Amino acid sequence: MLFRYLFILLILLPIKAFALIEVDITRGNLNPLPVAVSPLAIDKSSKENFNKILKKKNLGSEISKIVENNLKQSGLFNPLNKDAFLQEPDIANLKPRFEDWNLIKAQALVTGKVTFVDEKLRVEFRLWDVLAGKEMMALAFTTVPSNWRRVGHIITDKVYERLTGEKGYFDTRIIYISEEGSKTNRIKKLAIMDQDGFNNKFLTLGNELVLTPRFSPTNQMVTYLSYFKNLPRVYLLDIETGMQEVVGDFPGMTFAPRFSPDGKKIIMSFAKDGNSDIYTMDLENRIVERISNHPSIDTSPSYSPDGKFITFNSDRSGYQQIYVMSSNGKNVKRISFGNGLYGTPVWSPRGDLIAFTKLHKGKFYIGVMRTDGTGERLLTENFYQEAPSWSPNGRVLIFYRETKTNSKGEGFSAKLWSIDLTGYNEKMIKTKTDASDPSWSSLLSN
Amino acid sequence: MNRNIIISFGLHTLLVIITAMSLPFLAKKPIDLPPIVSVELIQITDKTNIPFAPKAKKIIEKVKEKEKKLVSEQAPPKKVKKLKPDAVPLPDEKIEKIKKIKDEKQNPEKVETEIKQISEFEKKELFDTNNIAALIDKSKVESAETNKKLDKVTQDQNKEMDFGGLTLSEEDALKAQIFGCWSIPLGLPFNEDLLVRIKLQLKPDGSIIKTEILDHARMNKPGQGFYKVLAESALRAIKLCQPLRVPSTGYERWKDMQLNFDAREMLEG
Repeated sequence: MLFRYLFILLILLPIKAFALIEVDITRGNLNPLPVAVSPLAIDKSSKENFNKILKKKNLGSEISKIVENNLKQSGLFNPLNKDAFLQEPDIANLKPRFEDWNLIKAQALVTGKVTFVDEKLRVEFRLWDVLAGKEMMALAFTTVPSNWRRVGHIITDKVYERLTGEKGYFDTRIIYISEEGSKTNRIKKLAIMDQDGFNNKFLTLGNELVLTPRFSPTNQMVTYLSYFKNLPRVYLLDIETGMQEVVGDFPGMTFAPRFSPDGKKIIMSFAKDGNSDIYTMDLENRIVERISNHPSIDTSPSYSPDGKFITFNSDRSGYQQIYVMSSNGKNVKRISFGNGLYGTPVWSPRGDLIAFTKLHKGKFYIGVMRTDGTGERLLTENFYQEAPSWSPNGRVLIFYRETKTNSKGEGFSAKLWSIDLTGYNEKMIKTKTDASDPSWSSLLSN
Repeated sequence: MNRNIIISFGLHTLLVIITAMSLPFLAKKPIDLPPIVSVELIQITDKTNIPFAPKAKKIIEKVKEKEKKLVSEQAPPKKVKKLKPDAVPLPDEKIEKIKKIKDEKQNPEKVETEIKQISEFEKKELFDTNNIAALIDKSKVESAETNKKLDKVTQDQNKEMDFGGLTLSEEDALKAQIFGCWSIPLGLPFNEDLLVRIKLQLKPDGSIIKTEILDHARMNKPGQGFYKVLAESALRAIKLCQPLRVPSTGYERWKDMQLNFDAREMLEG
């Protein structure tokens, strides 16, 4: 009997002795990651050449500033002050002294160099994990010197992707409606700029009223609505060639044309026989197809990224709410059930969320919900704001916000704002004029 | 006849005008936009193998030397270990010594009963040469007994702790420390398995000897890029936090440890 107990004890003791302690880490911090962006090294002759062409004294430093600014704007990174750097930019040719970067609490480091090769701009950059003391990524590319701002955006995209696990959104453009003049007599022009507000260009003169520009998810095409002799007309604009064409004239109230995920169709709502429904138009053969057919007002359609579903808003329940249906118009299902009115639903490029505008008790909210209507989260609240548009990675929303006027009708302004899905990183995007109705392009370097 | 020709001409002209007006590309010049130049990215990691900066090399060597020194300086705890073999002599020697003690003792019976009181297992562990002196000196017998009893109690407790996990407060301290160091990558997908298990080998002061990602194979699987990012963030957290807040005693029980980094709770909010 004693031997039996001893035997069991002998078996159990080692199991107990070698049981590995497990600790579950279920929380972390959402603080921005400290990143050091070392100015890109540049040799003397390259510096002189770029100065002649671009009028930039130190192109390496200028590009690193773009990277730094982008990372900061994302809210996920904290670029460290360059004054604290202990190593010179010449580290582009050497492995960094990680202890020096560790000392200033950098967790990631971007180094690189810029050279002038055959009239072109060649850039090499590396991303280092300071704590692990290893290289995480090393890339090089050559482009025309005038593309130098894009170089900064591309570097940021790559760094962002490597550190966060999802694609970036920095090498993109935003198309919007530029507004000038008093509230009652606004001149509205179509305008385009880089996502950081630089390289602003006006695409129309302001003679005609332009509304709701929307980028194609696949290429650099834009569709927008313009009034020609008080008749709504849908246009297509090719950003790469600058050519534009009329897609068609539509009677009655036409709203918000938007591309299908493959870019081959346009979906919009317009009124026919006094009833506003959702229609698609094939861009190749211009055949118009009715998708929804209901006596209520159906507007603001937006495709899911796989093209199988459409979200839209309708007042068929008595109040404006968000609905989802199959792309053929069947299986209509209401998904918003909260208090207030819901509008402008936009399906995320990731497919997991729908962004919307909500009006409740006189205040406007920008929010997101899952595609089945659960998990509603209101990200921002204001006097008047609407028209959310997703960044190509589905992480950030851009929208516009208007300010209240005083008793004399003064003080009105409309500005573009962005907010990320956490709801913390809310930022105004600087534009030369007032701005509304923004739409985010896909990545230019796809 | 002429009238009909004029009407026809007029109508045709009107038709051309209407067509021209409804085709804006005839009236509007193409918009002047900067061209989008395609950019081709090349991996340069394999093509170049850049060396360490000369200063960095020296510093790294110095650090390595320091680490070596530190290892030798950490000898004191080993001394304790060395004492154990001294304290547990080989069976033959032990018997001889006990015999000697018995011979020299004025009252050997007492010692015998004392040895009988403890089990064979404990006897090996608790037998201490320091106590032999006490056994020789009759006046010290009582104090030796008390010492033995005290040793017995503490060693039993330690043994129990060696077999168990961390206490709640120890675990909380460690968790709180790592919570502060772990920057969760925010771009992770919500609907994926976001658990990274890392096995650690620790020094007595809580610094890291070795880390091992247990599901390492997953890092290179297609479509699992986010896992690599998550695993790297967890490794950064460990490195940033070291030395870890480990208990001051019971090194044997926590020298190997597994940390399960789970981002789901934070990201699903």
